[in-house]
Amino acid sequence: MTSIIVVDFGMGNLRSVAKAFEHVAPKATVRISGDVSEIRSADRVVLPGQGAIGGYIKALHDTDLEPAVLEAARSKPFLGICLGQQVLYESSDEHGEDGDSVKTLGLFKGQVKHFTHVSSDPQAMLDPHTGHQYTIPHMGWNQVKQAIDHPMWDGIDDLARFYFVHSYCVQSELDEDVAGVTEYGVEFTSATARENIFAIQFHPEKSQHDGLKLLENFVNWNI
Amino acid sequence: MGLAKRIIPCLDVRDGRVVKGVQFVDIRDAGNPVEVASRYDEQGADEITFLDITASSDNRDTILHVVEEVASTVFIPLTVGGGIRVLDDVRRMLNAGADKVGINTAAVFNPEFVKEASDHFGSQAIVVSIDAKQVEWGDNPRWEIFTHGGRKGTGLDALEWAKKMADYGAGEILLTSMDRDGTRDGFDLALTQAVCNTVNVPVIASGGVGNLDHLVDGIIEGHADAVLAASIFHFGDYTVQQAKQRMQDAGIEVRITG
Repeated sequence: MTSIIVVDFGMGNLRSVAKAFEHVAPKATVRISGDVSEIRSADRVVLPGQGAIGGYIKALHDTDLEPAVLEAARSKPFLGICLGQQVLYESSDEHGEDGDSVKTLGLFKGQVKHFTHVSSDPQAMLDPHTGHQYTIPHMGWNQVKQAIDHPMWDGIDDLARFYFVHSYCVQSELDEDVAGVTEYGVEFTSATARENIFAIQFHPEKSQHDGLKLLENFVNWNI
Repeated sequence: MGLAKRIIPCLDVRDGRVVKGVQFVDIRDAGNPVEVASRYDEQGADEITFLDITASSDNRDTILHVVEEVASTVFIPLTVGGGIRVLDDVRRMLNAGADKVGINTAAVFNPEFVKEASDHFGSQAIVVSIDAKQVEWGDNPRWEIFTHGGRKGTGLDALEWAKKMADYGAGEILLTSMDRDGTRDGFDLALTQAVCNTVNVPVIASGGVGNLDHLVDGIIEGHADAVLAASIFHFGDYTVQQAKQRMQDAGIEVRITG
């Protein structure tokens, strides 16, 4: 029986993620926890999160959970969701509390950028049907083009739709880190993978069957 | 290939039961919210919105239990509106399992509340509901914000208000035409397009859907990002699946399930 910790450092509601895991893995132990020793002893660790990344990284520092999260990201099946994906990259141009770009964990090479700052072409973010700018946040069901074969994609069709809600997106520097891409005016890394880490911009806990399948794959993922 | 336009069934909930009234009178019982939500989920609804119209303060917590139960069985985004007035109301809804809360009247009386709520919980969790009624016709139509189910005017211009709410951190606008709500005559497309042209956050068109072509019109002519409907789904006139099929046939990108 596997144990899963959903890391909690006071940044938003994690209940949906935990409920979805309980639904797909009734035999697993699923806990929402901000306790270092629980994170260390868990078999699998999930780093969720939404909201502003400046407050997110500050909370991660302030609660002393950063070393435990980094240790998990080196050693066991690790799933980042939404800000939990973005924070794994080097920096975000979302303003921090001091107004500068935010330095993040830097496990993957690349930046997190606002949708309107990805391309220098002002036409990129215009909807060809209406001539208007694409609305922001990028909110709703979009497709993920799978860039690699991965146990986390088992039973999920290429170009399956998942639920997204975000205004900033990951631009990976290295193709080898990219597990999936999505287009919204510009292309961005919607799934990241390396060794024991899988991280996604979308919300599997809100993505119906395919989202639940992905969480089930995480429960069964053996590295 | 790209972002799908969304279909959002709306459940008006009173004292823990789904009801549907025509322009807020003649309320009819339409079932158990958990069962209705599960049915829509199976049919491929992209999100579900609950509007709590419980009048009695004794039953204010009923909606929390409904949300908790739905959120444990249905894994798509849930929005809850109705009676959200203070930060603690937002917190309680999100903790119960809602992904977004709809703020309506409280925004009108205290716009700063929208700012506070989006600062606290993130714009992605805050939907501002706008109830608008046409007040001028002709070449320069104008719509104003109304409260109390469309009975009280506020003098606020709907377009200016929508822009202000987006600036204050609304992550999404739920736009209801009080002239059309419950009529089954279709969305107010001029209003929908005017608001979509004014703000750069997603807009959900609402009020007046009577058939599937109205949903298509809301996207293609109204330029809405999502369409919300209640009665056409509640009474089994159409399924969400049929609605998506019609939209796809009209060339609109939708999420087809199962």
